[in-house]
Amino acid sequence: MAISNKPIVWGPFAAGGTLTAFVTPVLVLLTLAAALGHAPDLFAYDRLHAFAAHWLAKILIAGTVFLSLWSTAHRLRITCYDLGVRADTLVATIVYAGALAGTAASVIFLARI
Amino acid sequence: MAQGMSRKPYVRPMTSEWIFRHPRYVRYMVREFSCLFIGGWTLLLVWGLKQLAEGPAAWAAFLQWLTSPASIVFHVAALGFASYHSITWFNLTPKALPVQRGEEFLPDRAISGAHFVAWALVSVAILFLAGAF
Repeated sequence: MAISNKPIVWGPFAAGGTLTAFVTPVLVLLTLAAALGHAPDLFAYDRLHAFAAHWLAKILIAGTVFLSLWSTAHRLRITCYDLGVRADTLVATIVYAGALAGTAASVIFLARI
Repeated sequence: MAQGMSRKPYVRPMTSEWIFRHPRYVRYMVREFSCLFIGGWTLLLVWGLKQLAEGPAAWAAFLQWLTSPASIVFHVAALGFASYHSITWFNLTPKALPVQRGEEFLPDRAISGAHFVAWALVSVAILFLAGAF
């Protein structure tokens, strides 16, 4: 049987699609409230900093960033193909590298909190 | 003959006008484009982490930026696209996770319905934990 990298690419995509389906709308709602001047209590600097300083919160945040960005990257890759862009290897390299770079940035920032 | 084929292979022209041939294709593309808003919001989260790590002044500047008109427009659009993604994702769950009981399969509505209920509970729990009430 030919060796395929599909499960490695597709697994985080499906996990990210499920995670973002459950949590992204309500998280956007929270930042929308802040955008409209009604920031929830958690957005106070001291409280949010204390929350993000906990190791479990760091793992949850970094995990959410990775799965969400990877899922976005995979969708973008498929959409590029649907729109007639046939340079799949190039597109895949750019979008997955971008997702990993964003995740790495979040890990670095979380380490400083 | 094979030689002729290999010298000049036929490449089917591929354009993006197919999207507009059927409303179903348009809905498919709207769902796919939701990733730009979900990914965009996630990058906003990464930027927020950077500001939070830099201290109270940087965090205050981030909250200030959130109240800008561009941010409000983005958030309203992102809320719509993210919700649309959730609805399409949960509507597909009976196809991805069929549940068999004896000879029968659980009805599609039971499986997607359970996901919608779970979505509502998770959303309320997060709003509660964030102190939005």
